[in-house]
Parts: sequence; C-alpha cells; structure tokens
Amino acid sequence: MRIKKLVCSAVLTLTGFAIPVQAAEKLTIYTYESFTADWGPGPQVEKAFEAECGCDLEFVSVADGVALLNRLKIEGGSTKADIVLGLDTNLTAEAKASGLFAPHGIDTGNVSVPGGWSDDTFVPFDFGHFAVIYDTEKITTPPASLKELTAQSGEAKIAIQDPRTSTPGLGLVLWMRSVFGDDAPTAWADLKDTILTVTPGWSEAYGLFTSGEVEMVLSYTTSPAYHMIAESSERYQAAAFDEGHYMQIEVAGVTSQGAENPLSARFLAFMIGPGFQDVIPETNWMFPAGKTEEPLNPVFDTLVKPSKTLLFSPEEVARNRKDWVEEWLEVMGR
Amino acid sequence: MAAILLLALLCGGAFSGLVYEAATGSSRSSAILNSHIFGVVRFTLFQAILSTLLSVAPALLVARALSRHDRFFGRELLLRLFAVPQALPAIVAALGVLALYGRSGLLAEPLGQMVEGRWPGIYGLSGILVAHVFFNLPLAVRLFYEALQTIPQDHWRIAGQLGMGGYAQWRLIEWPVLKRAVPNIAGLVFMLCVTSFAIVLTLGGGPAATTLEVAIYQALRFDFDPFAAVVLTSLQLALTLAILAGLALLGGRYAEFASLSIVSRRYVQPKAFEAFVNILLVVLAAIFVLAPMVAVVISGLQAELGRLAGESSVQRATLTSLVLAFLSACLAVSLSFGLVSTRKRLEMLRRNVGPATLTERLCDGGASMILVVPPIVIGAGWFVLARHVGDVFAIAPVMIVTVNAAMAMPFVVRTIRPSFDVAAERHDRLAASLGISGWNRFRLVDWPAMRAPLLSGFAFAMALSLGDLGVIALFGSDSLQTLPYLLLSRMSSYRTADAAGLALILAALSFALMLLAGRARSKQ
Repeated sequence: MRIKKLVCSAVLTLTGFAIPVQAAEKLTIYTYESFTADWGPGPQVEKAFEAECGCDLEFVSVADGVALLNRLKIEGGSTKADIVLGLDTNLTAEAKASGLFAPHGIDTGNVSVPGGWSDDTFVPFDFGHFAVIYDTEKITTPPASLKELTAQSGEAKIAIQDPRTSTPGLGLVLWMRSVFGDDAPTAWADLKDTILTVTPGWSEAYGLFTSGEVEMVLSYTTSPAYHMIAESSERYQAAAFDEGHYMQIEVAGVTSQGAENPLSARFLAFMIGPGFQDVIPETNWMFPAGKTEEPLNPVFDTLVKPSKTLLFSPEEVARNRKDWVEEWLEVMGR
Repeated sequence: MAAILLLALLCGGAFSGLVYEAATGSSRSSAILNSHIFGVVRFTLFQAILSTLLSVAPALLVARALSRHDRFFGRELLLRLFAVPQALPAIVAALGVLALYGRSGLLAEPLGQMVEGRWPGIYGLSGILVAHVFFNLPLAVRLFYEALQTIPQDHWRIAGQLGMGGYAQWRLIEWPVLKRAVPNIAGLVFMLCVTSFAIVLTLGGGPAATTLEVAIYQALRFDFDPFAAVVLTSLQLALTLAILAGLALLGGRYAEFASLSIVSRRYVQPKAFEAFVNILLVVLAAIFVLAPMVAVVISGLQAELGRLAGESSVQRATLTSLVLAFLSACLAVSLSFGLVSTRKRLEMLRRNVGPATLTERLCDGGASMILVVPPIVIGAGWFVLARHVGDVFAIAPVMIVTVNAAMAMPFVVRTIRPSFDVAAERHDRLAASLGISGWNRFRLVDWPAMRAPLLSGFAFAMALSLGDLGVIALFGSDSLQTLPYLLLSRMSSYRTADAAGLALILAALSFALMLLAGRARSKQ
C-alpha cells in the first residue's frame, strides 16, 4: 500500500516536471537548423518577438526546408507547429497541396521581393540569388555568363551540390533550365568537365572552396558579404552572369492548427517588419523581404546585382522537378 | 538474448513505422526503383569490396608487424591514435585527406609532375578508396592486433624452443588466429563501406558514384517515399547478408587453446630483415593514417580555440556529447558482453561439433546487421511510431543513446570476443567445478581476464558515439546539441574556422578517451 502511494507520488512529481507550466500564450515555429543556430537569426528574433508580445516563442528545428515539409507531412493534423518558417518557392506548391496550411490573412503590402508577391498562404521573409562565387587569387577574369561557364575548358573547376539532396543543387538545375530550356542536358554535358565534384550539401562544397581545393562554388550573391563583413576579406567574389540569376525566396506559412492561435498572424506581421528584417542580412546572409529600420551595411550595395531575376512558378517546379533532376542524373551519371 | 531482441525491435519498429506510413500516408509511389538502381547496386558493391580488400589485407600485415616487436617505440600511442579517425565526421576526414592528395594538397606538386600537368585531385573511385582506407585500415589493424594478443605466450615459447623461423610462426601460429578473425573484421569494414554516404558523394566526383545509401536518403528526404526506403533498405540488407555469408565460408574452423598463460615474456626475436620490413610497414601505415589527422590538427589550430572553448554553447555541446556517448557506451558494452557470452555458451553446449545453430549465428554476425540499416530509416520509422504514442522530443535522447549503442555494438563485440572466447575456454570448466557462477564468476573470473578488452571496447564505443551525427540530425531538438552537430551548424553558417577548431576538439576528446582506457588497462 505504502509502495503504491510512493509510486503514485513519484509519477505525479515526474509528470509535473515533464509538462511545462502552461503558459497563457505560446507560439511554436518549425524552422530549419541554421535559422536557430547560435549564429543564425533565431535567437535575436525570439528575443525581439517575445519582448513585443509578452508570450513564449519556441523554435523547433529540422535539417532544412525539405525536411521541414516532410516533418509536417508525417505529423499531419497532430502537428504542434503554429507556423512553418523556411520553405522556399520550390516547395510551396507541394506544401499547399498537402492541405495542411491555412490562409495567412495579413497585409503583405510592405513585402518587396523582385517580381512582386501575391500569395494568400505564404509570406516571404527573405530572398537571395544563386551565384557562382570565385576565388580572386586564382581567377582574374571570371565567366560572365552561364554559357561561358559551360564552355570553359581551362583548369578552373567548380564544386556544385547534388539536386537530390540539396537546395542550392536544385537551384542550379532550375537556373540551367531557365537559361537553356530544352537544351539543358547538352549544357550540363558541356559543364561536366568543369565540375570538380558534386557534394551532398552546401557546407561540403563551400568547405572545399574556402580550403582552396576548388576555384569556384555554387552559392549566393550574398556570400561575399559574409567574408567582407566578418573577415574583412575581399578575396571571394560573385560572378555576374548576363543571362540573369535564379532566385530563391524563403517563406513562412500558418498551419491549419496555428490559424486558431492569434499569435500566428501577429508573428507573420512582425516577420515582415523591422524587428525581424533587421536581423536577417547579417545572420541569414540573405536579402530582407521587408523594410528594415537601419539601412543595410554598405557592403550589401557592392554585391552583384542581377541584371535579371529568373524564377519558375511553384507550380512549374512541382510539375517538372522530378523530370529535370532525372535529366541531370542522366547526363552527369554517365 | 535481450540484446538481439533489442536490435530486432529497433529495426522492426522502424520498418513497421515506415510501412505504416507508406500504407496510410499520402506519399507518392516510387520513381526510384527504376533502371538506375542496377547501376547503383553495382557501384555500391564494387567500391565496398575494393575498399574492404585495400583496408583489410594491409591491416593483417601491419597488425602482425606491430605485435611481433615487444619494444616497438610508440606502439601503444599509435594504436590509440588509430582509433581517432572513426570519431571524425566524414566531411572533416574528407578535408583532411584532400589537404594531402587534393588539387591544392601538400602532395599536389610531386603528383602533378608524375602526371605531367596539374594534379587533378583524387575525385572518383580513387578518392573514395583513399578515404575509406583512411577510416578502416586503422580500425582493422586494432582489431587484428587484439586478436593476435589472444595467442598464448606458451606458443611463442615453444616456437622459440623449436627454432621456428618468421614464416613458420606466421603459418602455424599467427595465421590460424588471424584467419578466424578475417571474416568478422572484413565483414565489419564491408558494412561500413556499403553504407558510406557523404564520402562517396563528396569525393566521388559526381552522381556516377552513388551508393544505395544515397538512394535511401533521397527516397526519405526529397521524395518522402517510405515504401521505396523500406525496399531499398531491404535490398541493402540482403546484399550484405549474401556477402557476409560468403565471407564466413572463408573463415574455417579453429579451436582455442585452453592452456593457462604461464610465461609473460615474449620469445619472438625477428631477424634483421624481418624487423626492417616490419618497421617499414608500420611507418607507411602510420604516415598514411596520421598525415590527414595532422592536417585536421593544423587547420584546427588556426581557429580561435580559446574563444571557442570559452563559448557556453561549445561547453554545453561537449558535455551533452560526453554524457550521451557515455550512456551509449555503457549500453553497448553490456549488451555486447551478453551477446558474446551467450554465443560462447551455445557453442560449448554443442561441444564444438557440428555447424553453428541459428541463434549462435545471430549472436555472432546478426547484431552487426544494424550497421546496414541507415540511421535515417531507424530515425524516421521511430519518429512515425513515436508520434502516435507521445512526445517525440521526450524520446529523442533515448533514441540517440539506443541507436548509437546499437551502432557501436558490432565494434565492441569484435573487440571483446577473441579474449572472451579464450578466457571461457580456459576458465569455464574450472569455474563450474568450483561452483562459481553469476556475479561472483564475473567479479572473480571474467573481469580480471576481460578488463582490458572491455575497457578498450568501452572507450572505442564512446569515441564512435562522440562522432555520430546520423540520428541526432533527424530528431534535431535544440536542447540536444552535440559537438558534431555544432560543427556542421558552424560550417553551414560560413564559420569554417570554427568548424575546424571543433573537429580538433572532437579528435582530442576521442584520443583522450583512448589514453584513459589505456592507462586503466596498464594498471591492472
């Protein structure tokens, strides 16, 4: 009898500890890892929003945007997420089709991304253009276009990412497609000689690049800003391509469950305001999609400005992604 | 037996979770199971078999060379350093290897002169092989060395008395022991190479070098196709089983000698020529393995180590890693001990005649099969199940400890089994006739004999878990940041110098573990 009591009280104490004190207001956001890393925007965003709303903001992070959508699909209707932050426009069509998202219902008039924005489900928070970054100590005249890059036969090589496992990798496939259209396979065949290796993710390719192993890497136009601001080094620069650069827009959306939490809409409104946008450039190393309070670090003005922004609609990507990746595999796997 | 059940539960649970999801979920049907898969399977097996050959064959000679010289300067140190590569995340090791053999590596110039032109690097099959041998040669050396240590000293005494030469000793004393260990160790290396992922992609030079593991990863990650993932994993399991069965046939039979060790001095006096060859072998292997590690250390020293060590996130991650690794190692060692002793008891029950029974085989190689089930499959499967029963985040630490322990078990089993089998042969009858059993037997009989291999198995399991990333990345809850996790997260936010510093810390930690185990070992 006494043992029973003891066990009961032990269980009660344990569960008491396990269930956090029910905060009156709590918002749960699923995002990707580098967002919540100690160098990422997460910590500052959390502080700023909690100060504004007097609530508890909790980030849950998974590997990347793709993992984010998968996680949500597995969890389905029982997800804890109010908001999912960090999908890109290559994933939004699939995300919408899952039926797990609700209309955001906020005014996105202040949002400015190249090409404008109108979507009732997703709200953008930053954007960037893919670019070939080169090492100025090894390359004096970088290629001026994708065509030139594919035609190259010199010693300079590039590290790219695998479109099957990485977002920038998929970005390059889409970039090549939007420039070369149906001739993309031929272009890939030409590019193949210049490709040193294809890495599983962005980090590996960029690591090869900064360790001096390869002269060029596929990354973002904003990458040089990091080296200029954090390392005061102008060694790594982006090559401007005259066909234009393919864009990645990162967005957030409210889940069907989250639509019932009043904090969700409040966060999305906060997200496109200065409290959030000020943090983005120098933590996520992307361009803000809304107004910032302070002007951006002047370094950002020196970056390559794409002559033209290339972007497939989410529907086009959803329809063709598999075929285009397959096409890439066909040429590259030979 | 409990150990086998746990492993079966671990895989079975994951599989059922995925099958359930495939049956009920809205996922599309697979496009992965197409004609590509044949090429993928071929490449997977091809690179794994080559990598295994190139790791195991030299390892036999190096382990023997090391064991034949009683006063080999720095032997213990070298063996401990040989445990470090296993604790390094793949990308760190890849960068270390490239620092030597890469296009702008240390050796690029002399190699470039050989090919008359700029050295193109080692991308492609050669890169994959070099990296795999870097990982697995030292592992195999350690395991073979451990096996050679089970040779009773009396054999050496008799060999000395009979005036056996080096070749006769190899043929009559060393090779029988090594031959028995080959299927097990080669099997382990093979499994590690079959499931290689980041190395294959990064150094492979392009998607022509794709392993099944990549396809499984793609199926779960990009296409979210649990059905394809289960099919591909089963394919990987079946292929590995076939190879392991083939290897087992090579092993042959060998009965342990039940004599007690009565002499402690070695009677091996290699001749000058043999000594020269041995030294050459060891020096070559040491250079091959240590040079990339030196590269890792050098790039790590360029980081601001002081600042890094002072950061609270680094300290927290170090502590988290150590605690999780400690728990995994405890679990791995106790389960492995159970497996090894069950297997031996079964073998003795049938008095060493006839073929091994199924349970016996399960205890032997079955446990290793866990290595061929990708962590992403285990993680995703259990994630699906856990979602139905409760809080996913609450089970994350349990999952990490269990999966890491399961992944370390094949290594631990191989470390302790040779000594255990010999000890059991020597002591079982005596213990039985004296009526010593249970805890007393463990304390009085097994522990003194098994202390050294158990400690070394424990340290090794801990080092392995320290470097593990697979499961953590999946359950990724921010409260559980480990060192390798932090390393990759620094790397993905441009902080490559920090990442290099963390890699150095990681390597230093695992080396320290091996040193500690070594000290405890020599005190006995």
